[in-house]
Amino acid sequence: MFRDSPIIRWRHYNDRYRLVGYRCTKCEKAYLDKKGMCTCGNLDFTEQEFSGVGKIVAYTQIHSGPEVFESKSPYCVAVIDLKEGARIEAQVVDCRYSDLKQGLEVEAVFRKFYTSGEKGVIHYGTKFVPKY
Amino acid sequence: MSGIVGWGAYIPMYRIKAETIAEVQHADANAIKAGLGLTEKSVPGKDEDTATISIAAARDALKRAGINKKEIGSVYVGSESHPYAVKPTASIVGEALDIGNTYMAVDTEFACKAGTATIQINAGLVGSGMIKYGLSIGADTSQAEPGNALEYSAAAGGAAFIIGPDKESVAILEHTCSYTSDTPDFWRRAIQPYPSHAGRFTGEPAYFKHVTEATKRILEKSKMQMNNFKYVVFHMPNGKFPLRVAKQFGVTKEQIELGLVVTKIGNTYSGSSILGLAAVLDIAKPNDRILITSYGSGSGSDAFIFKVTDKITKAQGKARKVNDYIARKEYISYPQYLKHMEGIHN
Repeated sequence: MFRDSPIIRWRHYNDRYRLVGYRCTKCEKAYLDKKGMCTCGNLDFTEQEFSGVGKIVAYTQIHSGPEVFESKSPYCVAVIDLKEGARIEAQVVDCRYSDLKQGLEVEAVFRKFYTSGEKGVIHYGTKFVPKY
Repeated sequence: MSGIVGWGAYIPMYRIKAETIAEVQHADANAIKAGLGLTEKSVPGKDEDTATISIAAARDALKRAGINKKEIGSVYVGSESHPYAVKPTASIVGEALDIGNTYMAVDTEFACKAGTATIQINAGLVGSGMIKYGLSIGADTSQAEPGNALEYSAAAGGAAFIIGPDKESVAILEHTCSYTSDTPDFWRRAIQPYPSHAGRFTGEPAYFKHVTEATKRILEKSKMQMNNFKYVVFHMPNGKFPLRVAKQFGVTKEQIELGLVVTKIGNTYSGSSILGLAAVLDIAKPNDRILITSYGSGSGSDAFIFKVTDKITKAQGKARKVNDYIARKEYISYPQYLKHMEGIHN
């Protein structure tokens, strides 16, 4: 996730910029990242764009994160169940750690992740904010 | 003809009070508040910049427009704080919105009027039949050198407009014109982090002359008078300049106060006058006429006359309003403010 290559990020625009994931054609389980095989054993998936609305399942606060996030520390990270069923991990911003709780409704926003040093590209993607 | 098919706004939630800045700069907060006609300003989050603000506003504009986003034929983003010196903000916006790849795109810069310039460009493209819909955005995370007078007003925010055929519009563009001259009142040289300005010269020969001349010309062109307009918006570098122009033209308090968002969030530069327009569209009624005149240092003003249609009522409730963003706020300290502004570069 903290790689500097602009190409690696470019390959993930679908799931980082727009929350486009996958749904198993057999059991309909949803994933953000592409899986080789569903937990039901099926190998076929269809693409689906998720709405970006979800609920917090678990959360924590990072005080000493990777170097690229130092300027944002401390920051909150949560496991989120999206309305469509996919479970993802993401930063939750525009809130205090004390605002967070299990079951809190959140919505996706487009934000800056980090920059690759002084001269590198700016990496963007999806974070979440408490629903307002 | 063309018009606004959908509109959206975004203002970051963080605010800093004039008192907080004045305390650090050993300045008289009351004198500054009285001089600038504002009490606080919006500050971007540590992970917000012109691209993220543009996308947030554009997503709301799409909700209101209810169009097939793949039919958007152009994306133009006006700002003086584009995240990159070389690499367009417009293509980041297009990618995040998933509008496909068949669209024209470019970033514009003309100080605080870079956003309204994109509305004129798209109106021309839609009117000529070259595209069906065009996305026009003005957004900024304005820079101000610590200790400079600009520090009290340079704010963050933006608005987005989908320009399309008049038959689908919530507000039809009836007239537009511009007034431009080479006036060195405010500038930022290449690679410089903060802008410079010519002090009081930014007033009379710059802001006032251009806003007044563009407004006079559009009134002449349209053969209208100020009492034809329900709402009037003049660019808002502070809370006092637009009121002085309003007085000069006989604009009433009722006509101007709704769009005067600067008093609550500061000057959002390329987002300033168009956030005022968005605030007006949020509550305008069919057949209302709106006059808006922007100003960009360097210098120029774009004036527009819009006539609201009956399509607006349905669109208003489909996304958050400017006042929703104004009401959502958290005050920060001066050290936090410095960290937030540093975030623009890191």
